[in-house]
Amino acid sequence: MQLEQMYQEIILDHYRRPHRQGLREPFDAETFHVNPTCGDEVKLRVKLSGAGPDAVVEDVSYDALGCSISQAATSMLTDLVVGRTVAESFTTLEAFQAMAQGRGQVEPDEDVLGDAVAFAGVARYPARVKCALLGWMAFKDAVARVTDSAAQTNGVKR
Amino acid sequence: MTAVHTRTASALDVTKIRADFPLLARTVRDGKPLVYLDSGATSQRPRQVLDAERAFLEQHNAAVHRGAHQLAEEATDAYESARARIAAFVGADPAELVFTKNATEGINLVAYAMSNAALVDGDAEQFRLAPGDEIVITEMEHHANLVPWQELCRRTGATLKWFGVTDGGRLDLDTDPITPLTKIVAFTHQSNVLGTVNPVAELVRRAREVGALTLLDACQSVPHSPVDFHALGVDFAVFSGHKMLGPSGVGVLYGRSELLEAMPPFLTGGSMIELVHMETSSYAPPPQRFEAGVPMTSQAVGLAAAVDYLTEIGMDQVAAHEAELTRAAIDALDAVDGVTIIGPTDVVDRGGAVSFVVDGVHAHDVGQVLDDRGIAVRVGHHCAWPLHRRFGLAATVRASFHVYNTLDEVNALVDGVRAAQEFFGETR
Repeated sequence: MQLEQMYQEIILDHYRRPHRQGLREPFDAETFHVNPTCGDEVKLRVKLSGAGPDAVVEDVSYDALGCSISQAATSMLTDLVVGRTVAESFTTLEAFQAMAQGRGQVEPDEDVLGDAVAFAGVARYPARVKCALLGWMAFKDAVARVTDSAAQTNGVKR
Repeated sequence: MTAVHTRTASALDVTKIRADFPLLARTVRDGKPLVYLDSGATSQRPRQVLDAERAFLEQHNAAVHRGAHQLAEEATDAYESARARIAAFVGADPAELVFTKNATEGINLVAYAMSNAALVDGDAEQFRLAPGDEIVITEMEHHANLVPWQELCRRTGATLKWFGVTDGGRLDLDTDPITPLTKIVAFTHQSNVLGTVNPVAELVRRAREVGALTLLDACQSVPHSPVDFHALGVDFAVFSGHKMLGPSGVGVLYGRSELLEAMPPFLTGGSMIELVHMETSSYAPPPQRFEAGVPMTSQAVGLAAAVDYLTEIGMDQVAAHEAELTRAAIDALDAVDGVTIIGPTDVVDRGGAVSFVVDGVHAHDVGQVLDDRGIAVRVGHHCAWPLHRRFGLAATVRASFHVYNTLDEVNALVDGVRAAQEFFGETR
């Protein structure tokens, strides 16, 4: 059945019992992203330690309103990036985005994506791709804000 | 098509009607029969409409209102005949009907004509807005009847005010913001989310009392019930072809003759002129004044064919059939634990858009389960975000009907909702 391919058990688990939910302090940047087609939204905070690509993601906290796909994707995102460097988490992010936008044509790499390969089924439903990416894009934006403001503080031109 | 999909108690022969709609016979998602419950977004088109467009293009196509050859004459006749039939269908005179791309463009046309009124003298006075003037809408408007007025306020310094909505999904007449400063009252005839039919006569009375214009968004009423703009007494009204079994790319703006006569144009260019000099131009009388450029033609012809098709069935019959489906859907959904209907649950002054939420299951997820079963519904805020916010919601599921839907399809919807509850429940 198509439905079960999309809503893998691990996705439903994250949806029912999301990881690292709620907004926490301290944080370095906060972003707010919405999906204008359905009204889903996520407010997301990141805390980094260190600078540049080797900075480590210390915490990701969030408050999200949305469907099972967006909630589970954001929950799983925190598992995949917390404790890893910005460079590593962006590699995962890019692989996730390529898979989600691949319309089922992109073979997901489990070594890079870990549990997030469960979202491969979402790629077959173009209307749901934005749901899967909502939290990830909020994360990307939040990290960029931290690194951009650090660059400005150091007098480095962007 | 199987018999189980055609059971209905109303007088319509829905089996026969469905046979006119080729798309309804197709399957989706691995061979499941399509259950199309998204006519509020766009309706499907009968062969009669498709054939009329094709016949026009194969026999009569030419640019209308220009050229003196035979095809130009025939095309112009077809286009103006379409205007006359559509006008008769909504209780208007042909010259009161302007073809637009869609209803959204019709509303923007009025809004931009109102800001253009600042640039001209004379009759356009009544359309002119200044800081301190007010525009009144309602909290249940589609974005199409909200954002153009926000923008008009921004351009002119006027203030936007609105009627609230009750918990039961009716217009809250006690929140009436109409004052002598009100210049126009724009409101929906029938909410695309709640199904609520608004008290047009009362709103027109209140607007007239202060000398304000009225604009009716009739997108969700004209396709589903008999509507007579003259009888309603509104100054302007809009609707779209694609929601009434007709083509996309054609909509209608109705305006009372004396208003269209006095109103400055929105889009300018060819077709809408009277005299053109290098320095200045004068404009054609309505409706041509508001139809700049070569208009959509086969679409207008197709929309007239849709009007003929609906007229042959009878709009009273269409309304009665949809009322039956709506009653059935409300009763059955209301009986499911954890399902809440957003909008009136009585069918008095209520049309066939049934929006609801399911406890613990997001609207997108309900929609996905329904889609997996071949059932097409709309999920999200249905372009009425402020209305959803008023109910503390981000998204709802909406089932909406047209003349081709059946009670069995309503039952399929309710079964699908139960399946979604089961699928996302803790028990799986």
